[in-house]
Amino acid sequence: MAIERFTRDHEWIRVDGGVGTVGITHHAQTQLGDIVFVDVPEAGRKAKQGEAVAVVESVKAASDIFSPVSGEVIETNADLAGQPALVNEDAEGKAWFFKLRIADTAELDTLMDRAAYEAFVKESH
Amino acid sequence: MSAAPTSDQPLRHTPLYDLHVSLGAKMVPFAGYEMPVQYPLGILKEHLHTRERAGLFDVSHMGQAFLIGPDHATTASALEALLPADILSLKPGQQRYSQLLTDDGGIIDDLMVTRPAAASDDGRLYLVLNASRKEVDYAHLAGRLPDSVKLLPAPERALVALQGPGAAAVMAKLSDVAPRLGFMSAANGRVGDLDCHISRSGYTGEDGYEISVPAASAENLWEMLLRAGELKPIGLGARDSLRLEAGLCLYGHDIDETTSPIEAGLIWSIQKRRRNEGGFPGAKRIQGELANGATRRRVGIRPDGRAPAREGTEVLSPTGERIGVVTSGGFGPSVTGPVAMGYVEASHAEVGTPVNLMVRGKALPAAIAPLPFVPHRYVRSRVSDPPGLTP
Repeated sequence: MAIERFTRDHEWIRVDGGVGTVGITHHAQTQLGDIVFVDVPEAGRKAKQGEAVAVVESVKAASDIFSPVSGEVIETNADLAGQPALVNEDAEGKAWFFKLRIADTAELDTLMDRAAYEAFVKESH
Repeated sequence: MSAAPTSDQPLRHTPLYDLHVSLGAKMVPFAGYEMPVQYPLGILKEHLHTRERAGLFDVSHMGQAFLIGPDHATTASALEALLPADILSLKPGQQRYSQLLTDDGGIIDDLMVTRPAAASDDGRLYLVLNASRKEVDYAHLAGRLPDSVKLLPAPERALVALQGPGAAAVMAKLSDVAPRLGFMSAANGRVGDLDCHISRSGYTGEDGYEISVPAASAENLWEMLLRAGELKPIGLGARDSLRLEAGLCLYGHDIDETTSPIEAGLIWSIQKRRRNEGGFPGAKRIQGELANGATRRRVGIRPDGRAPAREGTEVLSPTGERIGVVTSGGFGPSVTGPVAMGYVEASHAEVGTPVNLMVRGKALPAAIAPLPFVPHRYVRSRVSDPPGLTP
């Protein structure tokens, strides 16, 4: 079964066999509002944990998306360029941003599970 | 992702604050007020609803004030000493857009000036000023008006804007006066059973009205308008994207004390007599720029791709020299793509000129574009024919 983890910057990562799929949370998209542009990293891009690798723009503002763990980007979601609103419709499903080969799975231990993330969201309101 | 208050000052509320909260608005700090940035509909749909039908905006944070003198000529002359529009020639009920200027011809604020329609109001001018600048404006005006003309701020009044192609039908149901007003004209009149000051003007590029009422009547007016037609309440987020598509300046972004009205492309708001005669602050600079052209100009900019270019984005020539900066930019919901405006050197200001925008370290291709991005749909007067917002 895939492991699911969350960051304090409202990204999610789902891990399966050393590869993590990354997106932003449903909570994040409700806070951002209507998404009008998504910029994803190119395959081959190496990122450190916490490094800004993608950008999501709402009508209001641009926000950085940070890599939840270190690794190398191996695939990006081509649908987002033409349909940025997919992030509003299905942030934790179809609107994944990129997949990366995880460099050090121990970094996952620094992230929150769903229960901890939901408590974190509640607390920060 | 969270908007932190930028000041220690307690935020002020407009008379409609409780209604915004009850409508589910997301409230944010703006110009010292806690204002609705969006309602549950969201910025994109609020914007489109305004363009397609009509939207209702609380703009009570804006400054409303009267200048009061013994007769129109005295009051108008006093104001003409501080701004470059022709105020003397305003007919009763006519409104003009102008700018308070520094001695260097920079813009202290932009404002609407109305000569009230009623003969009993002779000698009065009604001003609407930006929320973020009203205290500065009041100090500026109070310090420079002659003894015969008094400034009377009207913080006890609320201001509501009704904008969109459906605005006229809504107002026709509620007001005898509103349908008779052409763009940039105003009158006192009733909306339902409320005594209001109604002007046909706005900040979206659409037909519409701005309605001023005593604060105690604001909730009644708001609810009456919402009941009268297919109106949705619209927040500051959509107000910003609507005015950007309409090519209208936002103070503190597209205009400020360093920009002149000529650089800002506001020549049309300086009538011929004032251009020739001068007699306003910064006249030397402004007449010089009128004669020789300004060295930089406010322009529209259309990115070729999908990425919005926000305020502060550098504008480069195709050969890589810095030629300007974006002062407002984002996504235009009616344009269905990114739009921006900013200042570029005059030699690169012609429509169609290719430029590059530096967004996150990448040079994104764009071109100078005509303003507005969405055609204005103002409704001109049928009766008199006051000159409107075009040259």
